Amino acid sequence: MKRFLARRLAQALVVVLGVSVVAFFILHLTGDPALLLLPPDATAEEIRNFRDAMGFNDPFVVQYWRFLRGAATGNFGESLRHGAPAMRLVVERLPATLELAGAAMAIALCVALPAGIVSAVRRNTPVDYVSTVVALLGQSMPTFWLGIMLILIFSVRLNLLPSSGRGGLPHLILPAVTLGLFTTARMMRLTRSGMLEVLGQDYIRTARAKGVNESPVIWKHALRNAAVPIVTIAGIELGALLGGSVITETIFAWPGVGRLSVQAIYNRDYPVVQAAVFLLSTTFVVVNLLVDVAYTYLDPRIRT
Amino acid sequence: MTRLIRRRTALFGLVVVVGVVAAAVFAPMLSRFDPIEQNISQRLEPPGWTDGSGLVHLLGTDQLGRDILARIIHGSRIALLVGFAAVAISGLIGLAVGLVSGYVGGRVDDLCMRLADIQLAFPFILLAIAVIGVLGPSLGNIIVVIGVSSWVVYARVVRSEVLSIREREFVQAAIALGGDDSRVLVRHVLPNAFAPWLVVATLDMARVIVIESALSFLGLGVQPPTPTWGGMLADGRVYLSTAWWLATFPGVAILITVLGINLLGDGLRDALDPRLQV
Repeated sequence: MKRFLARRLAQALVVVLGVSVVAFFILHLTGDPALLLLPPDATAEEIRNFRDAMGFNDPFVVQYWRFLRGAATGNFGESLRHGAPAMRLVVERLPATLELAGAAMAIALCVALPAGIVSAVRRNTPVDYVSTVVALLGQSMPTFWLGIMLILIFSVRLNLLPSSGRGGLPHLILPAVTLGLFTTARMMRLTRSGMLEVLGQDYIRTARAKGVNESPVIWKHALRNAAVPIVTIAGIELGALLGGSVITETIFAWPGVGRLSVQAIYNRDYPVVQAAVFLLSTTFVVVNLLVDVAYTYLDPRIRT
Repeated sequence: MTRLIRRRTALFGLVVVVGVVAAAVFAPMLSRFDPIEQNISQRLEPPGWTDGSGLVHLLGTDQLGRDILARIIHGSRIALLVGFAAVAISGLIGLAVGLVSGYVGGRVDDLCMRLADIQLAFPFILLAIAVIGVLGPSLGNIIVVIGVSSWVVYARVVRSEVLSIREREFVQAAIALGGDDSRVLVRHVLPNAFAPWLVVATLDMARVIVIESALSFLGLGVQPPTPTWGGMLADGRVYLSTAWWLATFPGVAILITVLGINLLGDGLRDALDPRLQV
């Protein structure tokens, strides 16, 4: 168990290091970060001075080392637009993103698990067909279009729910549904196929044969065995929701990390972009690490 | 029963895909309206509106008086072009990585799989818009960015396939007979790993089309006046309260296309490799 954890931790560290390399290179893609960071009307001398001050003339390795040391302490430099530390700006927006991703995940779990189970148990009935069609549509619908259509129906036409900003529960509903639909659809299909596979196993037949009622067979014998892949995907999807909220946040003017980064990209405020990419990716790695640890408890066979 | 339905849905998917490809190829012949030329006097007309010369604008006109149907038909060109090109790039990278990783194993395999983890850790859309924001939006940049960052699924599926193919008798026999590695890989392993690769490529194409339209939606796609589905949606968003058709129909086009490709991909998977988890 300890060895497994140590190995996973080491792997996670390697991944975070890799993430830092890519985040570092975002600024160096065009070859000259000074031109990216300075306003277009900067004079040649300003550019030269800026390069010296920022150390852009140093070898890559030296620059990367400096970046990495900063990143380790959460220092990504100052935001060019807001004049505040880039990481602080990103961290301030994190609760909003977590709230949105959490709500989307909650919707996905509450809808997908029951629907997937019912659809597996009542296979080839109208219930199954309806949920399969919904899942297919959900997986094919682009987030931004769904968001706009929800605004059109619930905000513009019916005037029921607010279309932008963050506030109480009413503000959360439309963005959470928008962000959560794809995950819901994916987990619904996965739960269905997982349950179908488990329900076909010998031990389920044995349980039924020895006279166990149908509901404990499904909820205890089957669901527990189908849970491992579902938990894994839930973890991966949570990470995806954190990063995927970029578009949903833009549509609903939700003040989270995603919207901040899109604005930062438009404003060429790259320290903020780097901090956001780094923070979201690291969060994804940590969530996955926790999921791995979680399912060693669900499935003791993995602890090797 | 389920199989029959599956086949019928796969057929539906195929029909949709063929239809979209045909629309892209024959775009200028399919619509009598120019997708770019503006005509302010007939702006924001509703679906079914008939203009002065008796021509019907089936899906209405946009804020610059352009026929929406014509723009959707022409928009399929960018969607498919980016789709095919990006899938070709990521598919080839993933295929190469998966083959080598699975066949060679050991440290090479470890390295490749860590690279895959790193790639997966990035919030894809955020990374794509950051890179395109730096490099500038152009057709080439979009294709390269999506292509280069989507190889992981292919690599993982091909690798796991290679791991099992490698142990099969015919491959072991080819190695025992002294066939060199690259020959064994190309002649014996590759053909057997192709079916799952094709399934992944099909399903990934749907994802790429959504990403392309998302980038266009954010203003980082192919730039106007070239019609893109995402760009049309972004335009339409402004007129949501007065002209609902602007934002609605391009989205329907994306939905139908992506749904068709997904159904085709599901059908291919059922036919070629039912146990594949993608």
